[in-house]
Amino acid sequence: MVTPPKKTKQEAVPPTDTDGVAVDEEALVRDNIGWMLGLARRLMRDESQAEDIVQEAFLRAFKGLADFEGRSSLQSWLHRVTVNVALSKLRHLKRLAEQPIDEHLPEFDQYDCRVEVPWSRLASVDEIVESRDTLSRISDAIGELPDAYRIVLQLRDIEEYATSEVAVLLDISESNVKVRLHRARAALKKLLEPILRGEEPQ
Amino acid sequence: MKQLMRRLKGTMLRRMHGMITCREFEEFVLRYLNDELEPKQKKRFEWHLRICRECREYLAAYKRTVEIGKAVLGREDDSVPDDVPEDLIKAVLDSRNA
Repeated sequence: MVTPPKKTKQEAVPPTDTDGVAVDEEALVRDNIGWMLGLARRLMRDESQAEDIVQEAFLRAFKGLADFEGRSSLQSWLHRVTVNVALSKLRHLKRLAEQPIDEHLPEFDQYDCRVEVPWSRLASVDEIVESRDTLSRISDAIGELPDAYRIVLQLRDIEEYATSEVAVLLDISESNVKVRLHRARAALKKLLEPILRGEEPQ
Repeated sequence: MKQLMRRLKGTMLRRMHGMITCREFEEFVLRYLNDELEPKQKKRFEWHLRICRECREYLAAYKRTVEIGKAVLGREDDSVPDDVPEDLIKAVLDSRNA
């Protein structure tokens, strides 16, 4: 489990950064709360939980700021703290337990041949992201993925964490990360098929 | 007829040297895209791609899905919400002294 810098006993206010410079906490909050809330929303997919995550992440950040070693940027450190808090919450809510995903996975017949409806067209990315309605349908489809798979997709493909980092964050093996990533993508492909084929919503 | 063709295809893929079935192809997809297959596996994967329309179309749609996921969620990533509730900011600042 990757953890943010070790908590220290309650610090005197105002805290300082690694160089001993007093940190303007209000500026720190105002400069970062927007993207941290966006990140928490994507991870939790629940507004109220996302706000709780941000609050807890800042609390940890204030306490850990003096130990922040400056090996990464402050923003990437806050990113990691937010991800850790969100994963702890998802784990606490038992949302990261393995859930069935088979219904969305590719199908094969008894001869091990793929069952795939022929594709007459495959919509382009530009075509798809142009429509606000389509974006919302895609976001809904991503929300249909079981959390144990969605989080891996999110951390690997979007937040661009390495396989080894995701394995540590989720306390699973690297091969399990790869299996989940592939299944998440394959399941999302199936969920997005109407959009990929350029079909209108029914 | 369709069933017979599938049966022939499945039998051929299982028995011919250097071929893999669609099910085996599926196991290789991620490693192929990450360029992690051994040369022999990569050759078999690409042979399968040439002769199997279903897997060719599947792989194209799979890759498009990854691009779309990145484009859509990446776009969310770029857009910093401008609707951060002021009471959340206040709660965060108040929590410093809690």
